[in-house]
Amino acid sequence: MKAIVTVLGKDKVGIIADIAILMKKYGVNICDISQTLMQDYFTMIMLVDLTLCKADFTVLQSELKKAGEEIGVDIRIQHQDLFDSMHKI
Amino acid sequence: MINTGDILETIRMVDDQNLDVRTITLSLSLLDCADADGKKVEKKVYDKVMRRAGKLVEVGEKLSSELGIPIVNKRVSVTPVSIVGAPSGDYVGIARVLDRAAGEIGIDFLGGYSALVHKDMTDSERDFLLTIPEAISSTKKLCSSVNVASTRSGINMDAVALMGRIIKDLAERTKDNDALGCAKFVVFANAVEDNPFMAGAFTGLGEGEATINVGVSGPGVVAAALKNCKGADLTTVADVIKKTAFKITRAGQLVGTKAAELLGAKFGIVDLSLAPTPAIGDSVAEILEIMGLSSVGGHGTTAALALLNDAVKKGGVMASGMVGGLSGAFIPVSEDAGMIAAVRAGKLSLSKLEAMTAVCSVGLDMIAVPGDTSAETISAIIADECAIGVVNNKTTAVRVIPVPGMNVGDEVSFGGLLGSAPVMPVSDVDSSEFIGRGGIIPAPLHSLKN
Repeated sequence: MKAIVTVLGKDKVGIIADIAILMKKYGVNICDISQTLMQDYFTMIMLVDLTLCKADFTVLQSELKKAGEEIGVDIRIQHQDLFDSMHKI
Repeated sequence: MINTGDILETIRMVDDQNLDVRTITLSLSLLDCADADGKKVEKKVYDKVMRRAGKLVEVGEKLSSELGIPIVNKRVSVTPVSIVGAPSGDYVGIARVLDRAAGEIGIDFLGGYSALVHKDMTDSERDFLLTIPEAISSTKKLCSSVNVASTRSGINMDAVALMGRIIKDLAERTKDNDALGCAKFVVFANAVEDNPFMAGAFTGLGEGEATINVGVSGPGVVAAALKNCKGADLTTVADVIKKTAFKITRAGQLVGTKAAELLGAKFGIVDLSLAPTPAIGDSVAEILEIMGLSSVGGHGTTAALALLNDAVKKGGVMASGMVGGLSGAFIPVSEDAGMIAAVRAGKLSLSKLEAMTAVCSVGLDMIAVPGDTSAETISAIIADECAIGVVNNKTTAVRVIPVPGMNVGDEVSFGGLLGSAPVMPVSDVDSSEFIGRGGIIPAPLHSLKN
């Protein structure tokens, strides 16, 4: 299963590193990353593959949320299907 | 590949513009539960709802979390109880087990305490209709609807007369809760069999065993899109609405397909409705105002609503394999912050609302009227709405709440999605002789259509 991880928040050192470490811990493969700054606002979108993920989706979701709170950014993970459905004919 | 703009747009729609899937409704046939023994029917009905819908809430929450889009309500609709309960006559008993099952599986509403009497009523249907006030006032989650008119058969005015009395009785029985019972009862013309919205959802006789029907929402998303095209002409406005409706509907289609798969049910339809909530920024009235009306209810409102309604359907039809239900913009007064504000300011009248129902779904919805409004006047309001539906070949409905002890200027609050409603004035013209005549208003001619 492919999912989209979005990370939104104030920019600081090490956001990508922290999240990448977390992904490795759970066996989540990062397929693609897009990252930009919008008026000091850190915006990162990752396409990830959960085929080898060691945790249940809801566990991963709450772990990411928790990690986001520690880092000071908003992290969410959603099934890719919603974006594909809404934006592709 | 990642398209950052598309992803952020979707996230903004959910976070800031109240995009949600309003309801996934499991339409469940109870035809196999009919039995001459009341106790047996109750057991069969309870067992079937628990067996087929037991996981509905769990599935809804799982999908909501995985996809990242709120699914606000999980509901069940069933075969009209007037049919399932006819052999036993145990209508209220069935109402109570349905309500108990709904409570135990944790759904928001269960619809189908219903009857279809648009041409005439059987003796058992008459008995059933008389139980509606008791059944709805003694249950929490059960919703009731009655179809009293159709384009093919005309308007059953005997039933219309009875509906006024039922609404008054229901209001009286639930007066301690501001006549909340009336919010769970709707009278239809041309009722549809696959409606996922309450209070009017029931499983029609043409439907299958278990089907998932989805009601989408998203007035806030349409409003946000229109704010970005200030000054554009109405052709452009229609186009923007179509594109937005496409996206909203695709989300509904996705949720419905996945829910059906997880529940072992068929996927039925997406109901292309813009369903408002009392939340700020989730209002159909606001969309009309963004189009350029200083307040909903003024001249131009009907035209703006017609544009909106049509564009939502055109965008939605392209996005979904199966479209059905009521499909159109809803204009419930108590559930729409913009409508409430317009009524409070004296800008939106019952007459204008009636005109608006000719071009959108579904009818006079969630309107509080003075407690001393007579049963005959309520029946006359229903008859007018039926006439609009029957002649224009569309669904119309009436869900009015005569709040005991309240008058124009008072305001009733139901809470939650049902919102709050300023009590609106009704005409003081006496229509009782007309309603008292009974009989059928014959079906309209289907040619010479001017």
